[in-house]
Amino acid sequence: MFRMLAIVAGLGLALAGSAEAQTPRKGGTIRMTAPYGSSFTSLDIHTTQRAQDEIYAKALHRSLYIWNSAEGKPVLELAKEDVVSGGGLVHTFKLRDDAYFHNGRKMTADDIIWSFNRIMDGTKAYPGARYVRIIEGAAAVEKGQAKEISGLKKIDDFTLEMKLTEKVDPGFYFFTALTSIYPADEGAKESFIQHPIGLGPFKFVEHVPGSRIVLERWDRFYKPGKPYADKLIVSIMGEAAARDVAFRNKEIDTSVLGPAQYVAYQADPNLKGTLVEVAEVFTRYMGMNPAFKPFADKRVRQAINYAIDTDLIINKLVKGKAYRATSWLPLTSPAYDKAMKSYPYDPARAKQLLTEAGYPSGFEFEWTTSQNESWGLPIVSAVIPMLDKVGIKVKVKQVETAVLAEVVRTGDYQAFIYSQQSGPDPLAALKCFHSSTPQPACNYMNFKNADFDKILDEAGQTDDAAKRNQLLQKANALLYEEAPVWFFNYNKAVMAVQPWLHGVQKNPTELTHQNAEELWVDETSPAK
Amino acid sequence: MPMLSFLIRRLLQTIPTVLAVVLLVFVLFSVVPGSIASTMSDDVDPQVELRLKQQLGLNDPVYVRFGKYIARLATGDFGTSFRTREPVTSMIAKRAWPTLQLIFTSMAFAVLVGVPLGFIAALRPGGFVDSAAMFVAVSGLSIAKFWLGLVLMYLFALKLGWLPSFGYGDGSLKYLLLPAVTLGVSPMALLARTTRAAVLEIMTADFVRTARSKGMSETRVVKWHVMRNALVIILTTMGLQFGALMGQAVVVEKLFSWPGIGSLLVDSVLQRDIPAVQGSILIVVLAFLAINLLIDVLYGVIDPRIRYA
Repeated sequence: MFRMLAIVAGLGLALAGSAEAQTPRKGGTIRMTAPYGSSFTSLDIHTTQRAQDEIYAKALHRSLYIWNSAEGKPVLELAKEDVVSGGGLVHTFKLRDDAYFHNGRKMTADDIIWSFNRIMDGTKAYPGARYVRIIEGAAAVEKGQAKEISGLKKIDDFTLEMKLTEKVDPGFYFFTALTSIYPADEGAKESFIQHPIGLGPFKFVEHVPGSRIVLERWDRFYKPGKPYADKLIVSIMGEAAARDVAFRNKEIDTSVLGPAQYVAYQADPNLKGTLVEVAEVFTRYMGMNPAFKPFADKRVRQAINYAIDTDLIINKLVKGKAYRATSWLPLTSPAYDKAMKSYPYDPARAKQLLTEAGYPSGFEFEWTTSQNESWGLPIVSAVIPMLDKVGIKVKVKQVETAVLAEVVRTGDYQAFIYSQQSGPDPLAALKCFHSSTPQPACNYMNFKNADFDKILDEAGQTDDAAKRNQLLQKANALLYEEAPVWFFNYNKAVMAVQPWLHGVQKNPTELTHQNAEELWVDETSPAK
Repeated sequence: MPMLSFLIRRLLQTIPTVLAVVLLVFVLFSVVPGSIASTMSDDVDPQVELRLKQQLGLNDPVYVRFGKYIARLATGDFGTSFRTREPVTSMIAKRAWPTLQLIFTSMAFAVLVGVPLGFIAALRPGGFVDSAAMFVAVSGLSIAKFWLGLVLMYLFALKLGWLPSFGYGDGSLKYLLLPAVTLGVSPMALLARTTRAAVLEIMTADFVRTARSKGMSETRVVKWHVMRNALVIILTTMGLQFGALMGQAVVVEKLFSWPGIGSLLVDSVLQRDIPAVQGSILIVVLAFLAINLLIDVLYGVIDPRIRYA
């Protein structure tokens, strides 16, 4: 009996201990890193589309929606309810009445209307215009034909009506920091750019250009008990080797890893447990220009997919820091079809397809590439002998990443290798292959296929989510068959996270973009 | 008076140099492909790109843009950054102090270590100290800064735990030491070699022999004759090294996340932020010219035989 009691008591204590370990601790400092360059672009998040800037913006600002990594979709953030009417085009948002800006003023519908009108100011070219343009009348503001977006109507302080031009899920359009809500009055002031005011869980303290941004807890944040930490520091660390030393030295809490470090961390028993991995919504591929005669033939494009030993490249060159691509939509896409298989490595089949297409001796093409280690010159160099084996010769044209982006949009290439966003909205991702999408927008291969258009149009019209997914899967499978690209891989984002940092979300839209209010550090953190 | 006319003459000589740099940078960035729009994202909206180019005047002919730029520059306006949309002068001002801190600390390290090392080596040529000093000098000149920085980080931050591995912190010495030493090793090595060569040459000069034959002690010979004469050569090397340091600071600032003009320049080039690139380069050139002018003036102070007429 006594023994039984001891066991029960022991179990109770163990469970209590475990529950306590999982209870978020209040206080402490979170030290994140911004790995994509030597600076932040701007403290006016409406002006910048770089992933680097959204790292701090996720803590400082809030948008109408927010990305929920657990659910894998955007969810309402500044609104409590969205009532859809008007054939799916009119959304009536019941806004939060407990969201306060960092100057203590309550957010109202006026702030949202003001922010969206600001983003559509055509003389300023704010990148978020691409999203806000979905609201009726927004394009007219951008062109200077109207002063205010006609599709936005304030019903009362906390009710906003939004009329869209297309039947889409507005969550995918209004969850990034590009559409952050600013306080209408302060946002217009010159001083705003030096001392931004947002609705996020942390308020601005200091920006040392080229070094760091320091934020502290906003006590009037609308989610009870959150954020947990007192302070959040985002340090700019563009050099992977320097991040590695700082992470091992416990000076930072998070570090994004490249392929070489990924291997090293996996091999180190002390660091292996720190890795957080997610399939990001980026597809890496070789785009083929149909205006270049051999690539106009589907069989040639398929032959290239068969001729390349993609698994070998992913394992040996990319060090396993990628997921093999089956078609365009990535693993984390809601419309990803698990049953789909990727093109197998089959040089004999490739040779046969080339012969059928009228290229028994192969041909030569120019391949434009950047120096990127994961989707640039090293990959091209590995592919060259594989293509040579089936008679295809490659002439490499190396350019800077900024130049590659321009080459891709202007269509001034025979082939190029690139990494392109392929989510989170599968419909928007596949629309890049719709014949109505201009090449500079994102239809970089100038893909035109009537069957594909039809499937996609149908998917856009249907209200049935399951049917829409089915249609999107069908469109994705058609892309596989048409092979406008060599389907290389989906990016596996890897971040090392110190054991004392908890609440990290596996965000497939960009792993470094964390909803900071969910993060907390336990008492073992060395940061004060 | 000769000094004043010298200064005016030298200042006037800098004008064509500055204009040539301005023209060169402008032309280079006008022909280099890629624009701020293409660096914003992998899927920038074409309509936004078009408006951005219009707003920034990137669709204007090159000569129109150059004319506008020169007109603004003449009033001291470096333009507005394409990226941050704030005045370039304000961006540079925020970055200038960290860069000055880094460069002057590096130079102080180089002088305090390199010059005595060169002197000691020259006083006992061929001996152990000379060989060791020259080994350090040659190594210092050959080591890649990136690698050296990582080794120092590993040793002093990770293994010994004495210093932080990165960042600006509060700008104090503990944050400054590692980047400054990394940057200062190469000029230290060059100064050691130059000092050694200069001292060795001066030690065999007629006036040194005369001083010794007059019964002057070796300490006085070194202090009054050798050191003063060597200083002119050391100063020249320092002047040239200031320019080199500004260039090399780019790598060190990026490695240590040091918020100086170097890292601003790198990001601005990569993102085709032309006004920020032009402004940063112009400031570096002006600083280089100013330091060289100062060194020219110091020549006359150290060696009165040097005239400014």
